[in-house]
Amino acid sequence: MKIALKLAWRNLTGAGLRTWLNVLVLSFSFVVIIWLKGIMTGWDHQAKTDMTQWEIGGGQYWHESYDPYDPFTLAGSHAKLPSQLENAMKAGDLTGLLLTQGAIFPEGRMMSVVIKGLDPGQSILKLPSRKLGTTASAIPAIIGNMMAKHSKLKAGDYVTLRWRNANGTFDATDVLITDIFSSNVPAVDAGQIYIPLATLQEVMLLPDEISLIVLRDKTDGWNEIPGWKYKSKAELTKQVDEMIKTKSAGQTVLYFILLLLAMLAIFDTQVLSIFRRQKEIGTYVALGYTKQQVVGLFTVEGSMHAVLAALLSAAYGLPFLAWQAKAGWTMPVDTSEFGMAIAQTLYPVYSAGLVIGTVLTVTITTAIVSYLPARKIARMNPTDALRGKLQ
Amino acid sequence: MIRKFTKSALLLLLLALAEIATAQDGAAILEKVDANMSSDNRIFESSMTIHTKRGSRTITSKSWSEGNNKSFTEYLSPAAEKGTKMLKLEKQLWIYSPSTDRTIQLSGHMLRQSVMGSDLSYEDMMDDRKLNEIYSSEIKGQEKIGDRNTFVLLLTAKVEDAAYYTQKIWVDAERFVPLKQELYAKSGKLLKRMEMSNVIQVQGRWFPATVIYKDMLKQGDGTEFKITSIKFNQTIPPHLFTKASLKQ
Repeated sequence: MKIALKLAWRNLTGAGLRTWLNVLVLSFSFVVIIWLKGIMTGWDHQAKTDMTQWEIGGGQYWHESYDPYDPFTLAGSHAKLPSQLENAMKAGDLTGLLLTQGAIFPEGRMMSVVIKGLDPGQSILKLPSRKLGTTASAIPAIIGNMMAKHSKLKAGDYVTLRWRNANGTFDATDVLITDIFSSNVPAVDAGQIYIPLATLQEVMLLPDEISLIVLRDKTDGWNEIPGWKYKSKAELTKQVDEMIKTKSAGQTVLYFILLLLAMLAIFDTQVLSIFRRQKEIGTYVALGYTKQQVVGLFTVEGSMHAVLAALLSAAYGLPFLAWQAKAGWTMPVDTSEFGMAIAQTLYPVYSAGLVIGTVLTVTITTAIVSYLPARKIARMNPTDALRGKLQ
Repeated sequence: MIRKFTKSALLLLLLALAEIATAQDGAAILEKVDANMSSDNRIFESSMTIHTKRGSRTITSKSWSEGNNKSFTEYLSPAAEKGTKMLKLEKQLWIYSPSTDRTIQLSGHMLRQSVMGSDLSYEDMMDDRKLNEIYSSEIKGQEKIGDRNTFVLLLTAKVEDAAYYTQKIWVDAERFVPLKQELYAKSGKLLKRMEMSNVIQVQGRWFPATVIYKDMLKQGDGTEFKITSIKFNQTIPPHLFTKASLKQ
């Protein structure tokens, strides 16, 4: 094996530019695959972290009628806090939100919104709820960046908010935008306005009623509460997993093309080597190598491209990947309109499993591609090979 | 001392009686308004002109309605809206679009959207209960609108599910038709204003043929709703108020 490695190294370095071109293409595949997979992992990590911090907390309880995809359910989705959760509420381990539909009229334009009643004292979600505690001449309200952009509202602006209370009676008042928050989670921003929970409960004629409960952490034994549906963090982030799965599947095509290019180069190199080095093959056999040992020799030689590519990737890829992990990749298009939890700048996350997995996949693929043309050696006539006769 | 007390009690009694009398008068006026405005059924053709910042557009339609819970409307023009049909049964509303040949049901917040960009929401069109059933009324005074004397009535919801908690209504003192109506939110904010004109007499009842609706929270000059022909208490085939009639 040692001789095989030595011979492979000598032959590869002897081939000069051809080897280094192959290695370069292969190393490019290494870096791109690791980087793209890192971006996906980073997005997954960022989306779930942002969703946890801004929207879902450590899990949620939904009123049994509540369906976030069906706004018609909002009117009937409210109940008092279940008694089982009262102590947790007092301890600040959960917070309740009341949801209802309404409309705002910025500059006389009507915009449908979901009005969310949020406890100003809550600390589970990153929403700047303390800004709802400020006393003002009008009801204080907060909105997200995207909502502010669409409604052309700024902090300090007054806007008329209209809703219908639990009995269906219209009510309207001016609210003061006390803060505009910036979040990567559209589910807490687009088409939404937050006002103090107690105020919304009062004007909706729904004292102490809430539509959903956000937990700080999952606590065992809370699963079954009549009238409420428990939604685990994993369930609430399922759509991120599905999105990333879809995106990863799309990226696999790119990986395949990159690897195909590199493997074609290696395959060609192997075919050419076997064609041009028939005398050498014959000599190996004459010196006592079995045909399988010669096949092994050529396979090692081909596979060594992957090893060299890994080393080359480390040389230029490590600084690049490290820089990307720090600086991130800023997407050239505005991501706020994507409708999913995605930051404008994604920071790739590389795990040991990702790096080892990629290196192993590429190396094994290279070994297989190197072996395939080398099988021809086993069918060669050693005498003819020694004479350099074309076979 | 006793005489003083008796005087005060009498005064209070008179004030209370006057209050009751005013309320009763208010109710009586409202009843006359309802008698003019409500009917067992009606068939009318109308045009709705929507004034926006970018200009105005007119939509014509023909409607059949029965009581408070059944109505059917077919849009006649412009070409883009022609053939669109709307069916209201109880609290449900279906719209048929001929371009897609599909019927959609509106409910929830969609009912709060404006009808064809006008100042009327689908809900506004759907809620046509008698005023006397929903509101208690109080005469607040008399005013002149144009050359007509009107009673100014303050209506306060007496049922829980009234869309507007209070209304101010100017009723023609002679013909008992509303000439102006203001709809308020529970907070007291003015939400909508209606101005009625062109009062005509049809089948013995007075009816305002033109209504200008204005959503006070929105920009724009409002929506002008003109009735070009109206007939009360006609025979309407029952099958008209079925979903099947939308596609016919």
